Amino acid sequence: MALATSPPEAGEAGAPGRYSSDAAGLGRLRAGVFVAPALLLIAAFLVFPALWVLYLALTNYRLTGAAAAEPQFVGLANLLDAAANPEFWSSTWLTVEFVLGSAVIGQVGLGFTIAWLLRDRRGPLKRLVEGLVILAWILPGAIVSFLWVALLDRDGGTLNALLGIQGFAWLLDHPMLSIIVFNIWRGTAFSMMLYGAALGNVPPSHLESARLAGASGWQQLRDVVFPHIRGHVLTNLLLISLWTFNDFTPFLLTAGGPDGRSEVLAVHVYKVALQSGELGYGAAVSAIILLINLVVAVFYLRLLRRRK
Amino acid sequence: MTRFVLGRIGFYTLIAVLLAFFTIPLLWLVTAPFTSDPTYEIKIPGFTSDPTSEVKAPSFTLDNFRAVAEHPYALPSLYNSLVLSVGTAVLVVILASLAAYALSRVRLPGRDALLYALLLLSSIITGTAAMVPLFQLAVELNLIDSQLGLILILTGGLLPAAIFMLKDFMDSTPKSYEESARVFGATPLQIVRHVVVPLVRPGLATVGVWAVANVWGNFLMPYLLLSDVEKQPAAVITYTLYTEGGQANLSMLSTFGLLYSVPVVLMYLFVSKKYGFRFHGGIKR
Repeated sequence: MALATSPPEAGEAGAPGRYSSDAAGLGRLRAGVFVAPALLLIAAFLVFPALWVLYLALTNYRLTGAAAAEPQFVGLANLLDAAANPEFWSSTWLTVEFVLGSAVIGQVGLGFTIAWLLRDRRGPLKRLVEGLVILAWILPGAIVSFLWVALLDRDGGTLNALLGIQGFAWLLDHPMLSIIVFNIWRGTAFSMMLYGAALGNVPPSHLESARLAGASGWQQLRDVVFPHIRGHVLTNLLLISLWTFNDFTPFLLTAGGPDGRSEVLAVHVYKVALQSGELGYGAAVSAIILLINLVVAVFYLRLLRRRK
Repeated sequence: MTRFVLGRIGFYTLIAVLLAFFTIPLLWLVTAPFTSDPTYEIKIPGFTSDPTSEVKAPSFTLDNFRAVAEHPYALPSLYNSLVLSVGTAVLVVILASLAAYALSRVRLPGRDALLYALLLLSSIITGTAAMVPLFQLAVELNLIDSQLGLILILTGGLLPAAIFMLKDFMDSTPKSYEESARVFGATPLQIVRHVVVPLVRPGLATVGVWAVANVWGNFLMPYLLLSDVEKQPAAVITYTLYTEGGQANLSMLSTFGLLYSVPVVLMYLFVSKKYGFRFHGGIKR
């Protein structure tokens, strides 16, 4: 307020606006200069592609041939094609399986279970379990997917050897199950850490009095713990669903096969757009993915805001 | 009492199952590189001196590491991964800290809306949603097979989340130091370098490590945009090694995989030792 009368710095006399109350003399103009390089890159490589994919979705753009040089505007034809394409629908349902199986049941369920089991523990056992789960999360996807290719191999894989069975082709006969279990293995760390922190916020006195009142473990979970962490469960669910929905790693495990039986939408886009060269159609599927992402992310951010 | 004992048994059974689930897939990665002629099955290499002996355990060897060193693309691809991830991390940290500082200290009109839009954008625009336009953009701008181009594209994708994380750090540092530096005539860039950066160093380190880890493991974007095998990072080389002609070279793959994995593990150990393993706002990729 009173600071507004402080003298402007030399060389800034002509700058628009009164900048003087800003900390450290960082005027609005300078602030703009600080923000600009970041915004430029974000605009070029994040915002523009998102808008451009919406445009490409309305063209018959192709990787090769006449439509590569001069793409025609075709309106909603790509979307109609998608709606009439059984491969699009099978990819959609496989993606629903993938998200429900690995994110909802697996990562939220398993992540909470681990956090709950280790809630009161300190020491090496807790560090060992948590360390291994986090290791699965941070190792490069290209490596861990090959580890699973080796593990699940029909003839020489360790899983069949451990189970004492021969010739069971996990990846070929149960590609979705393989991918879902793999994704649970790989993605549980985030949920585990989140629930570990959330459980730390449940007041021990509430649990103690429930225990004294004779509540069973299950009742304690349902009536004391769950009401406290409901917000965490919901935001966790939205976030990992979003990640799983967009995950391209299944490609590394099965390349969408056999016969498209593990071709989730992320892999479908790659196959139709960059392998078959139907860029316009691929963009239309991408645009659908983008809009679904938008809906989920808006829900997520609204929940976050309400919690603040 | 019986209930307590049963509870303990149940607890340790569950923990044992969990440990097996998370350990078994990793065992191959730590045994196969040291095994002569590894197979898919996990075998602990033994120290048999006589290769013709009847002992079933495969023998311990370091030859696989020599084979990786001699492979024309293996070690160079690790170098490429380093260039891409460090290049991106440096750019992300510099640009995000400048932007976060300005957004934290100055009330620009529409600032909150901008931050909200950034957070929204970074979570909805993924490689899957943007692969077609990014591929086309790279073709048009002549950025195919350009590591610098890929660095810029990756930086654009990571910046919003990085700005968000850093703004949090900046908001919690006191402004009084900057004001006194200003009284002594420091320019804003000097203030950022000599006052703000030392204060938010843990934040910069977190964002830098997060960016490195993100790019180190990234497969889709380099796979799409780098077709020259001499420029490809380890993620893409790994994939081409194991899809090559259906017959994967397992000693090469496992050894290379181990070398490719060790840096992220070391980085994780360093971070969790130095800063505790916190994570911010649930950001993974």
